Amino acid sequence: MFIKEGINASPGIAIATAHVYEKCVMEVNHGKVDDTQSEIEKFQGAITESRKQIEAIQAKAIRELGEEEAAIFGAHIMVLEDPEFVDGVEAEINENQWGADYAVKLVTDRFYLIFDQMDDPYFSARAADIKDVGNRVLLNILGIVQSDLSQLEEDVIIIADDLTPSDTAQMDKNRVKGFATNVGSRTSHTAIMARSMEIPAVLGLGDITTTVKTGDTIVVDGLNGKVIINPDHGQLENYAQENRKYLAYLKELEELKDLEAITLDGHKVELVGNIGEPNDVAGVLHNGGVGVGLYRTEFLYMNSDTMPGEEKQLAAYRSVLEAFPDGPVIIRTLDIGGDKKLPYLSLDDEMNPFLGLRAIRLCFKEVELFKIQLRAILRASVYGHAYIMFPMISSVTEVRQAKAMVSECMQELDEAGILYDKHIKIGVMIEIPAAAMTADIIAKEVDFFSIGTNDLCQYALAVDRMNQEVSYLYDTFNPGILRLIKLVTKVTAPQTGLFTGMCGEMAGDPAATILLLGLGLDEFSMSAFSIPQIKKIIRSVRYEDAKVIAETAMNLETGEEVLDYMLAEMKKLNIDIK
Amino acid sequence: MIKKEATVLNVTGLHARPASMFVQTAGKFKSKIFVVKDGNSINAKSIMGIMAGGIAQGTTIEIQAEGDDEAEAVDALVQLINDKFGE
Repeated sequence: MFIKEGINASPGIAIATAHVYEKCVMEVNHGKVDDTQSEIEKFQGAITESRKQIEAIQAKAIRELGEEEAAIFGAHIMVLEDPEFVDGVEAEINENQWGADYAVKLVTDRFYLIFDQMDDPYFSARAADIKDVGNRVLLNILGIVQSDLSQLEEDVIIIADDLTPSDTAQMDKNRVKGFATNVGSRTSHTAIMARSMEIPAVLGLGDITTTVKTGDTIVVDGLNGKVIINPDHGQLENYAQENRKYLAYLKELEELKDLEAITLDGHKVELVGNIGEPNDVAGVLHNGGVGVGLYRTEFLYMNSDTMPGEEKQLAAYRSVLEAFPDGPVIIRTLDIGGDKKLPYLSLDDEMNPFLGLRAIRLCFKEVELFKIQLRAILRASVYGHAYIMFPMISSVTEVRQAKAMVSECMQELDEAGILYDKHIKIGVMIEIPAAAMTADIIAKEVDFFSIGTNDLCQYALAVDRMNQEVSYLYDTFNPGILRLIKLVTKVTAPQTGLFTGMCGEMAGDPAATILLLGLGLDEFSMSAFSIPQIKKIIRSVRYEDAKVIAETAMNLETGEEVLDYMLAEMKKLNIDIK
Repeated sequence: MIKKEATVLNVTGLHARPASMFVQTAGKFKSKIFVVKDGNSINAKSIMGIMAGGIAQGTTIEIQAEGDDEAEAVDALVQLINDKFGE
């Protein structure tokens, strides 16, 4: 028995047999060859074989994941049959008398390096494709059969260094019950895949592939980020029981799906989802979200090789709006710049990207880009309840300037006789401390606020939370942050007709729910999977009590005290969260 | 053999989508087609070669074709570049 701790990247508990998925170490022959013709034939045979394999994976990916996710394998076939690749390998064989294996390795590495060194995420992704394809050809030349996850005989936990789209696409999804990997984070491909397959995953375990052998019994505890290797009888019993409890808890949450987010004394709030693309809508609906509190439109731009036009944007916004005939869909205008770049928009490198030309500031500079998006949102507004939200607002001047551009777009649509919602609601993100402190002024220009706690915390606490040296200071319960939040919610008291939402991670943090409710937050927007448990908490408390609890919390002196107090209050209320 | 020079005018250069349009167009012809940039010649039917070529906005390249449809091939590719790939 042995316990290892890692990152809990996908919730749940799984108990099954370990399947160590190792990428083989390939021994490449460096000697010169005499019979170059037979090496050429070996290479061509490997190309044919690789093509068959990729096509099979592609077909499976189309069936299970859809055309869009499968497109990457079309790119793999293009790389495989690329004349520079094929001719390059044949030249290495014919001219330098290298064996087919070494020739493939040389040419793959050459292209990999060129693409990998390009300072552009699009090309780095192509580098990974080239490596993936090159390795496949090499395996076929060497006659190595890669351990295959598409035909599994029993239920397994996949133990790997890391998993690529090629690995997960061909996986036998009925048999795979969990992942445990050496590397990875909550945002890596393995984590995203585990959450969409609804199986537990613990990542970043360091050396799990060497500590576990295929055939070991493994418990993946995705709730606590633990992996138990060959558990004893007592632990197995415990985990089987934990799992039953967790499943009962999920069932309880499932039953909440169609119920309102309403407190015991009848105060209603809105629970909505954060989405990046129209595909994410299904998760929000499935978890009982009544709308979208943050539609991050930048993915529309980042997943495209060229600027997405008005029609393309209109189609995306429309599909989301139509999914929520009764609920709000808050569309945030482009939040790009600084560290997030677009291949078709040249931006200078900056000393302080987070304090630089990003979001609304960039949109004011690239007026045409901004207007295309505003027109697309306005045109989409006839299909549902669209709200426009501007990111990175630091003063009321920017709000006025942005609204003037909306008016300009409205006028253009009027002239063209195109319909739109003339009373479309307009709001701003509160993520710069100055905006929180002037919320009373900004309120005169807007219909709503949405507090983006991730950036608000970074700016207010002067902490880069990706920097491990200082990330301990990043604390949403810091009294300074709570006071900023209160400055905003105070302005949007019920009689004003305005509302305050929150779309940062704090909105989906169960420990913060009662506090935020008591501070007067009207709308909580979060990752879809968090919605049920936040709803459960809201339905377990009285609004009048939440207000008293929040007031007490506001008088505490440190973030730690606030968190401890909130957890204690939840315990008193018998609220059990996972 | 036919040769013609062209200067890439579109903002992104021969990046992702333009590169793939260029290679697809070249692929329609039977002739052998090469792009010459700074003395290096790249197979115009190779997406990897063209993308790795780092052909940015403002770069002048020479397009060479040899074969039955060499004239049509060079014209089609030059036109694509001059039209800024429909941007």
